[in-house]
Amino acid sequence: MTGPATLQPAYSWSRIWREEKSRGVVIQIMVVLIFFATIAWLIGNVTANFAALDKTFGFKFLWQLPANYDINQVLIDYNSQYSHLRAALVGLINTFLVAVVGIVLATILGFTVGTLRLSNNWLVARLAYVYIETIRNVPVLLHILLWHGIIINTLPHPRRALNVGDATFLSNRGLYVPCPLFEDGFGWVAIAFAAALIGAILYHRRAHRIQMETGHQVHSVLIGLAIVIGVTLLAFLAAGSPIGFELPALRGFNFQGGINLLPEFVALTWALSIYTSAFIAENVRGGILAVNKGQTEAAQSLGLRPGKVLSLVVLPQALRVIIPPLTSQYLNLTKNSSLAIAIGYMDLVATLGGITLMQTGREIESMMLVMLVYLLISLLISSFMNWYNNRVRLVER
Amino acid sequence: MTEAGTNSGAYAPGQHPDLPPPKGSAGAAGWMRGNLFSSPFNTAVTILAAILLYELITSIAGWFVLDAVIDAGSKADCRQAGSGACWAVIKIRINQFTFGFYPADERWRPILAFVLMFAALAPLLFDKTPFRRQMIWFAVAYPFIAGWLIYGGFGLVIVDTQSYGGFMLTLIIGITGIAASLPIGILLALGRQSRLFSIRIICVSLIEFLRGVPLITLLFVASTMLNYFMPPGTSFNLLVRVLIMVTIFASAYIAEVVRGGLQAIPRGQYEAADAMGFTYWKTTRLITLPQALKISIPGIVNTFIALYKDTTLVVIIGLLDPLGIGRAVLADAKWNGLSTETYLFVALFFFFSCFAMSRYSLYLEKRLHTGH
Repeated sequence: MTGPATLQPAYSWSRIWREEKSRGVVIQIMVVLIFFATIAWLIGNVTANFAALDKTFGFKFLWQLPANYDINQVLIDYNSQYSHLRAALVGLINTFLVAVVGIVLATILGFTVGTLRLSNNWLVARLAYVYIETIRNVPVLLHILLWHGIIINTLPHPRRALNVGDATFLSNRGLYVPCPLFEDGFGWVAIAFAAALIGAILYHRRAHRIQMETGHQVHSVLIGLAIVIGVTLLAFLAAGSPIGFELPALRGFNFQGGINLLPEFVALTWALSIYTSAFIAENVRGGILAVNKGQTEAAQSLGLRPGKVLSLVVLPQALRVIIPPLTSQYLNLTKNSSLAIAIGYMDLVATLGGITLMQTGREIESMMLVMLVYLLISLLISSFMNWYNNRVRLVER
Repeated sequence: MTEAGTNSGAYAPGQHPDLPPPKGSAGAAGWMRGNLFSSPFNTAVTILAAILLYELITSIAGWFVLDAVIDAGSKADCRQAGSGACWAVIKIRINQFTFGFYPADERWRPILAFVLMFAALAPLLFDKTPFRRQMIWFAVAYPFIAGWLIYGGFGLVIVDTQSYGGFMLTLIIGITGIAASLPIGILLALGRQSRLFSIRIICVSLIEFLRGVPLITLLFVASTMLNYFMPPGTSFNLLVRVLIMVTIFASAYIAEVVRGGLQAIPRGQYEAADAMGFTYWKTTRLITLPQALKISIPGIVNTFIALYKDTTLVVIIGLLDPLGIGRAVLADAKWNGLSTETYLFVALFFFFSCFAMSRYSLYLEKRLHTGH
């Protein structure tokens, strides 16, 4: 009589915990509750603290005039009478400038050293190894301070600057390079250049299609290059050489004219580039080693020359391995550019997260914005690299 | 042997003694021919590299050692005495570079903690350490012992954290961060791989946020505004705040490395554990995590090295790590301008410690390589 009743599982609260599905729900509810409780607690604390200090939360300070501080490197119109928002924008552009120049330099250096590391010349491979190990085992901040110190303390004064062809000068005031001056008619040269570039690309595509369809190799790279250079040069001469250079010249204690790359900018970009290049070199080496040796041997037995083996067979396959870690190196370089504040290069952290923060007392708002911008940059770079990665990915059936 | 060439019929098939390799293909000469002078181009490159190396070594040796000045009272004295590096600036401040402003009478405490560190690390790093089992208990207790030795209390004079500095501070931040970020990172990685949606989403956003912002912004948060997030009236030590930030920053990176390891484990392992009736935690503890950690050890060590190097950033928020001491030294009018010497000295310290760590990681990779 009691048999069927005992088979019926008794209703009990412990069942919720014993059953996997319901337990998952319970755990999730608890976690979400704890999470939001923590956030509410933090916000509550901030409100209480703000109330005690008579502070308010808001972003109006960004439009507050004037920002009242100067920035040593401005690429857009700015002076101390502009708003904090404008100052932050100047800082952001400075961050971008370092990041872009640094990424280009680091990629070139890194790929060079990475290939040298695999050279069959023992001495060269060892030298590359020593370069990589010394550079990457020293903190990046130390690199930045060291290079900044070298430029400031050991390079000569402008009067005895290192002179390259009377046009470029390196001194403890930074690097002075000629500034191009665009005269009337330069627009035509630019248009001609663009047209020639499009023409060369179309020609290259056609050559590629012909090779794909018939197997006949049409040399398009050199011809394309000739088209671009020739047409641009012709347009340049026809327009009457509409470009001039303003050379930096020593007047008094410093150089006038030309473009001045600040010591801070040079030190930061150079330090970030060589630091990141050591890591990129290791990625490149790993990527090339990941390509099966049989691929090289097959290419050689087909009669390809060493250069072609590298460019047509090994590198395209190695790139697939190299790109994901390369992305994170680019992101690291961009984030490391925030160390600019240590040597006084006015990037985003030094403007918005530094002087603006101090002057307005808006710690939370400024830091939130700075972090948000870095998050956005990270997202942008990684999505671009993902797109590129998808393009070069191995297409399998 | 000499007859072998003339009378080939003297040996049964397969019985011919081995001949020496052709001249110039073995030994030092052969190696050089293969690796340095294999082609005219290669020879040219070798000669160029050798010249470069010679120039580098002579100039570096000259500046570093031969023309360097070790004893001097100021930069001007140094420059008069020799044309090379002025190491006097380091020599005079070596105690500050090592301990910061830690009281001189108490310096035996960090030194003792440093020596004990090796005793605590040995059983963790090398599995052939004698008395490994007992030593591991010591390693577990070590953080507390070291904390007590360095901070004080319980019979020792309390030394305020503001006086910590130099390489001692680097080691304190680095080792605390390394020890604390590993468990937190593992938990975050497990959370990211969890089947429970809300846990996964919280862990993913936390990890991605921490990896997306520079450490320096987190340190600014720690130094300028962490107090806003605490109940009114609380204030806690700057060093503790920095330790917390460095730890959670590094744990996000550890989490990604461990996740890579977890993803590399074949599905069959999870399914087999399920089939055995293991609970989630039992599966994790006994099956998946040991394998995942083994795969991710090189990545974990790399993250540790990065964390260790990142400890230098604390100079920006005013802690006196070796760079902070260096900057203070350079601000002294007597030594103004000797930045190269100062920073190179600090760089050497970091180079040796990081290089040792990466060598250890290579050793571990070889040891743990149990495949065929």
